[in-house]
Amino acid sequence: MGETLDLSMFVKHGDAGSSHMTLAVEGVSCAGCIRKIESGLTKLPGVIDARLNFTQRRLAVDWRDDQIDAARIIDALEQIGYRAHPFAPERVEADDTAQTRWLLKCLAVAGFAAMNVMLLSVSIWAGNVSDMTQETRDLFHWLSALIALPAAAYAGQPFFQSAARALRARALNMDVPISVGVVLALGLSLYETATHATHAYFDSAIMLLFFLLCGRYLDLAVRRKTRLLAGNLATLKAEFAHRLEQNGELVRVPAAALASGDRVLVRPGERIPADGTVVGGASDIDESLITGETTYRNARAGATVYAGSINVSGTLTLRVSAAGAGTLVEEVDRLIAKAMQAKSQILRLADRAAQLYAPVVHVTAVLTAIGWLIAGASIHDSIVIAIAVLIITCPCAIALAIPAVQVVASGALFRSGVILNGGAAIERLAAVDTVVFDKTGTLTLPDPQIDMSIGIDPDTLERAARLALSSHHPLAGALAKAARERVPYEGAVEEPGRGVRAIIDGQEARLGSATFCGASDGAKPAGTNTNGASFISFAHGGRLSTIAVRQSLRPDAASVVAALRRRGLFLMMLSGDRAEAVAPVAQELGISDWRAGITPAEKIAAIELLKEQGRRVLMVGDGLNDAPALASAQVSMSPITAAHLAQAHADALFLGDHLQPVERAIAISRRAGRLMKQNLVLAAIYNAFAVPLAIAGLVTPLIAAVAMSGSSLLVTLNALRARLAS
Amino acid sequence: MNVLIYLVPLALLLGLIGLAAFLWSLKTGQYDDLDGAAVRILPDDDIEGEAPTTN
Repeated sequence: MGETLDLSMFVKHGDAGSSHMTLAVEGVSCAGCIRKIESGLTKLPGVIDARLNFTQRRLAVDWRDDQIDAARIIDALEQIGYRAHPFAPERVEADDTAQTRWLLKCLAVAGFAAMNVMLLSVSIWAGNVSDMTQETRDLFHWLSALIALPAAAYAGQPFFQSAARALRARALNMDVPISVGVVLALGLSLYETATHATHAYFDSAIMLLFFLLCGRYLDLAVRRKTRLLAGNLATLKAEFAHRLEQNGELVRVPAAALASGDRVLVRPGERIPADGTVVGGASDIDESLITGETTYRNARAGATVYAGSINVSGTLTLRVSAAGAGTLVEEVDRLIAKAMQAKSQILRLADRAAQLYAPVVHVTAVLTAIGWLIAGASIHDSIVIAIAVLIITCPCAIALAIPAVQVVASGALFRSGVILNGGAAIERLAAVDTVVFDKTGTLTLPDPQIDMSIGIDPDTLERAARLALSSHHPLAGALAKAARERVPYEGAVEEPGRGVRAIIDGQEARLGSATFCGASDGAKPAGTNTNGASFISFAHGGRLSTIAVRQSLRPDAASVVAALRRRGLFLMMLSGDRAEAVAPVAQELGISDWRAGITPAEKIAAIELLKEQGRRVLMVGDGLNDAPALASAQVSMSPITAAHLAQAHADALFLGDHLQPVERAIAISRRAGRLMKQNLVLAAIYNAFAVPLAIAGLVTPLIAAVAMSGSSLLVTLNALRARLAS
Repeated sequence: MNVLIYLVPLALLLGLIGLAAFLWSLKTGQYDDLDGAAVRILPDDDIEGEAPTTN
């Protein structure tokens, strides 16, 4: 195309003239793909190594700078049949990866120590009821200490550090009682060992760390998996922009590399890559992703345009302005900041449990010690019993109960096409009793569809659709999807803003505006509903056909809306589009509560009103104008086609053309929410039995070990039920 | 009980070998692509004559 591609922001230069790049690859689905991509690339001269990570759908390529460059590698992949997008990992993702590795190391050390200490402990327990000598028991206790102390010092770091952070901030979290319990248990055991006592709690302390690390790791695993997917999706969606350099040269750069003040060329059919002001050209702009409005807006010099809108008809030159300079974006940002503040006050179930938990446990332990002292026990015995209370109440089950359900439920959600932004969303989704929908792009499909009700013969449609493959016009895109044979006609020529023409079967065919196709006037077929539809003309061999393209509902919208209502949910529709466009949709779906033509601030107000009535609101929307409402509702979902800002503030994203994932998300989350509560109840029942035993001074290391592993196993098994029947 | 003198260190050594093996596998990135490992064993491209054609 006579323009250079600038990928420098993605390429890492190594030593000796080699470079490295990571790519997110589309359409990798089977073992064959791995082979095809890897062998296809390594055959290229200059490519040192290509390795596809099938889990992450990412490809790492190393090459020699003097023989090949990044753009040619992407071209080569395209020829093999895969679209690849250069990928720059975000910092949070790199942090998560490092954190995961660290937790796994801690988990391995704790697991190793727990198994070996348990090996010694079982011998001691067996010896205590038979003929073990004092010397052998002491030796085994010292060996346990030798393993447990360094292991706990290493594997306990995640908890010790977090507890120290909380205490410095003069707060309490779950890690404070855990750290106190582990340190006291180890200290006491060491003292008991030195004084040749019968019981030591090395195994309890280290097993506790092991179970807690499992919970911690699961929690992080959910977050990391969704981050990875979200990172890939962001990369697949990342747009390239045509930047006009000072010398008039056109350079293709990633939209993320644009800076304020850059001049950008936007051709018809392209998405506008950044917020900015029009400095040259005039065109119709499709802003349905921004405002929900389905009619085009005319933009000429001086007009403000937003990233995410589609340039429909003419070529525009933009000057990129600083984010938030436009009035709409500014207002949306302000509303979001306010809504986020309110949302941060929603407490997670686990945090609520933790805040109750820490003081209760410590007070119980202290009271136990005082009680035994008053009852006449020695100081040593009172402290031993108090520490046994701390160990037995350590929140193994609670710390596992919620992450385990979240892992299983987020897996089930993923298989239903829902990607969570974080595990906490499950709890809030489970409590929803009201669903507020946006219309454009949410209840309707994001792209316009061919209206088949006009009746057009399949052969003509196929020819028109194949011709549409050669056009960049957004309406042609809708038509092109209908092409069965996805090969463009040879020699097809696009005349920007007018249409495409090609020679088919020896005769000229034209697709585009009515005048381009030689029709005298609008040539709309009589008797069809023209409201909200756009028309494309197709002329071939002297015959003129008209194809209507319109926004249509998601194929299962009606059934999903009905199913949601059957679940007892209150439904509402809030749209920024005109009332004439909203009313028919509301009527078709049977949603009686709807409002049209409302601003982002009014959307928030409507949701706040629902919240004041005590309702728990799920907002489903995709536009920039929905972003504040998404942040304001208790929980929110966006289709994957949504505007960047909307996606950033949604708790979950759903994939595909169907609305079904919204209903599945609610169903799975409700089930998961029930299981979480069940698990907390199970943990409470366990404590109700174990704590009195501990206070009575009846807990030996053996009972502690059985009780802790038993309750952890029980909640984990119960969590697995989130997978069944889903 | 003299048997403990070499059995206990042996047990610990075995455990440490296991731990070292895990840490080594973690360090060499063997847990980075679990799904990939599952499907990579499927193609029989190491068998002569059955190699699928490459493009």
